[in-house]
Amino acid sequence: MNQISLTIDGKRIQCEEGLTILEAARSQGIDIPTICYHESLTPPGLCRQCVVEVKGARVLLPSCITEVKDGMVVETSSPRVMRARRTILEMLSASADLSEAPDLKKQIDTLQAQTERFKPKVPNIQEPLIDNPFYIRDYGKCILCGKCVQVCSEEVQLSYALTVAGRGFDSRIATFYNRPLPETSCVFCGNCIEVCPTGALKPRKEFENEI
Amino acid sequence: MKFDRTVSTTCPYCGVGCQIDLNIKEGRIISAKASEGKAPNFGRLCVKGRFGTDYTHHPTRLTKPLIRKDLDKEKREPCGMEGFREASWDEALDMAADRISRTFLQSGSSAFGTFCCAKATNEDNYLFQKFVRSVLKTNNIDHCARLCHAASVAGLQKALGSAAMSNSIAEMKDLDLFIVTGSNTTETHPVISTYLKEAVVKNNARLIVIDPRKIEMANFAILHIQHKPGTDVAVYQAMAHVIVRDKLYSRDFIDRRTEGFEQYSASLDACTPQWAEKITGVTADKIEQAARLYGEAEKAAFYWGMGISQSVHGTDNTLSIANLALMCGHLGKPGTGVNPLRGQNNVQGCSDSGGLPNIYPGYQNVADEESALKFEKAWGTDLNRKPGLTTLEMSDAIGEGIISDFIIMGENPLMSEPDLNKAREHLSKLKNMIVIDIFLNETGQYADVILPAAAFSEKNGTFTNSDRRVQLVRKALDPPGEAREDWQIISELAKRVGRRIGQDFSSEFNFSRADEIWDEMAELVPAFGGISHERIEREDGIHWPCPDKSHRGSPYLFSDSFPRGKGKFHELKLTNLSEQPDDDFPYILSTGRVLYHWHGGTMTRRSVLNDISPRPFVEIHPDDARKENLDSDSTVRVSSRRGSIELDIRISDRSPTGVLFIPIHFAEAAVNELTRDIRDASAKIPDYKICAVKIEKGR
Ligand code: SF4
Ligand code: SF4
Ligand code: FES
Repeated sequence: MNQISLTIDGKRIQCEEGLTILEAARSQGIDIPTICYHESLTPPGLCRQCVVEVKGARVLLPSCITEVKDGMVVETSSPRVMRARRTILEMLSASADLSEAPDLKKQIDTLQAQTERFKPKVPNIQEPLIDNPFYIRDYGKCILCGKCVQVCSEEVQLSYALTVAGRGFDSRIATFYNRPLPETSCVFCGNCIEVCPTGALKPRKEFENEI
Repeated sequence: MKFDRTVSTTCPYCGVGCQIDLNIKEGRIISAKASEGKAPNFGRLCVKGRFGTDYTHHPTRLTKPLIRKDLDKEKREPCGMEGFREASWDEALDMAADRISRTFLQSGSSAFGTFCCAKATNEDNYLFQKFVRSVLKTNNIDHCARLCHAASVAGLQKALGSAAMSNSIAEMKDLDLFIVTGSNTTETHPVISTYLKEAVVKNNARLIVIDPRKIEMANFAILHIQHKPGTDVAVYQAMAHVIVRDKLYSRDFIDRRTEGFEQYSASLDACTPQWAEKITGVTADKIEQAARLYGEAEKAAFYWGMGISQSVHGTDNTLSIANLALMCGHLGKPGTGVNPLRGQNNVQGCSDSGGLPNIYPGYQNVADEESALKFEKAWGTDLNRKPGLTTLEMSDAIGEGIISDFIIMGENPLMSEPDLNKAREHLSKLKNMIVIDIFLNETGQYADVILPAAAFSEKNGTFTNSDRRVQLVRKALDPPGEAREDWQIISELAKRVGRRIGQDFSSEFNFSRADEIWDEMAELVPAFGGISHERIEREDGIHWPCPDKSHRGSPYLFSDSFPRGKGKFHELKLTNLSEQPDDDFPYILSTGRVLYHWHGGTMTRRSVLNDISPRPFVEIHPDDARKENLDSDSTVRVSSRRGSIELDIRISDRSPTGVLFIPIHFAEAAVNELTRDIRDASAKIPDYKICAVKIEKGR
């Protein structure tokens, strides 16, 4: 692998070609917040929380899927970046219940995001789905990061029980034909619970223990 | 924090050996998750590990020692809790020791039979076999590996000299070509199956499934060979024939690393694909295709389960696979190998720790003078040189009145042995039966004294998984009531029996922690020399062989040589000793597992897992169901010459026509009422996968 050099937050660093900006930054101890990124999954580049400012680029770039280039100059926490991240958190707060998303709550605190800034057109109030003995799906907490779908299909389990249904504003995580999980190809491995960042997916025993 | 604490340990179910974190709150396991980033499961779990550990809190856990109320009746009858009374540890242990020593002094050591346990830790099993060998002076010790991979062990011992899996789980993603045979991997080894599926989907590996049933793995295969049950050897011999005929073998590997090839290849002349087609029902061109794929592959590996092993021809089945691997040189490099997927969490470790009738820990032969002297010196007593009896031989010996006393740790022969009528009849003849267990199961109902044990989450020790990785089991909770860890129970029993037979074993069974037991074993087993609890704690898990502290462990075997030196080809004769269907019993019955349950069901039937799979069923092909006039609402009766059970029907083309499939987990319709106690000559494993049955409408 070729070594290249770039500048992150004013610091000149050497790294391997082919890394993403996120990987390069983290290798230097510079943390960039993420939401839809997971170390062992292919980054879908969906949430844009990891954006950074790259000199010469018109728009902010998602660091989790943008590769480093020789001579690149990157700002990971410029005012423009911070504003973008704050807005993303404010919009997410309007669309889902983040009370059980510790990582997101921390980000909200750090960036002082105004969680009441946007009022949802249709408030996302949903009853948790309890259709099997093992785990519940509380989609009122879902931020559509898609990790569960990734894990259930190609990335880990290859059971293909979950999918993204609908388009645009109507997007949601569902089973095929919205069938209850026991009637799908789900094998209740719970590997989707493991990656869900918001507590939308949760073992039933934990759920019952809380109420 | 939602939980009081989280304890990392090893899953109690299958041989994958997943690392799990138990979330504890108020003295209970609330939930479990995969330990982050740790081998062998790297964040993955299956339903049993993730949701199925709740059995440890089931209200029917044994919490006090129990003594049968009607001791020493002429004929032993099974009884539930009402047939027992609670006792103190002292009373129960004294009673057990009295009865054992009485037999020892009156009838000698050959009157004892013992089962150790593939679910208990290495430390528990080491100490159990030490008790049996040094105090009771017998080698009559065995465990359920006899009923599961005994034939894989026997075959691979003959061919290579070692029976463990040759590859590590971590290599699975990088396969090129692999054959899955007699293993319903997605249900029996779910996490391993995700790696195997990944190899196909992500890395373009090619998969051949050789299995009579249309299992889920077949959806990922380029070729599915559905041979008639029991004709495995014919399939593999014909593949070998093609490989020899077309010279697809590796001359270099054969010359350097094997012996007996010329003779073996000459024996294949008649085994043409056309010959096999008649026997197996698989078209000759499919066999040709499979042979070419395997023979031409750069690297290729075999994975198998009970379909190969649990057969009256199990050893031959294994040898026919080993022959193929040897001739193509698919051994000794990453991504090649022969891999029996081990069933229970610690079935590998239980054998390693000496839980077999012919070996001391570390596969050192009991009949070998040098080994015997070594263990005599270490344990400070004289030892019996005569290899003991295997599981079913012990059962026979009860029937013949030779064995009168049985000591069982954790096993449940009255679910797991074939022909249960006969098994029950034998057990009821015992004079004395001591059981150590966490529940009162079908076997415990025959016991005189039951000693309550700790579950996996209540003890420290190690399990060794399917790829020989020794991993830590950590205590998360105290055992319920007065239950104790198995090794503590054994130590107490050993000392008390010793005193009664006039020998002092107190220093030999004086341990205060599980790691001290491991250290004693590691001193006696060269392959464990470099492994200690403290080192596993630091490095997470270590693959044996690991002879010394600087050795890094051995993820794959056989890179330079085989344990027996050269790999040996074995000529095979095709026989068919299985019970064949006839007019009275026209179907072949095959047995196996479902995803949500575990073996005899002692654990999973007492778990939330039972909610999703509560009822026994028989799987039947739609054509057969039509023929028998059965619809999906029928309750049916399935009978063999030995017994009869009633259960639900599941109509599905997963099983081929003429073959019925029944899972092994359901005591209320125990399929082993029907199976037949005929055994493989060298492995002594019964023919679970084939017997003749009929099916009719039930009540
Ligand atoms: S629990 Fe079901 S939905 Fe979730 S990853 Fe496993 S198979 Fe997919
Ligand atoms: S359920 Fe969880 S993992 Fe799935 S998309 Fe929603 S937030 Fe992400
Ligand atoms: S973390 Fe980069 S786009 Fe979501």
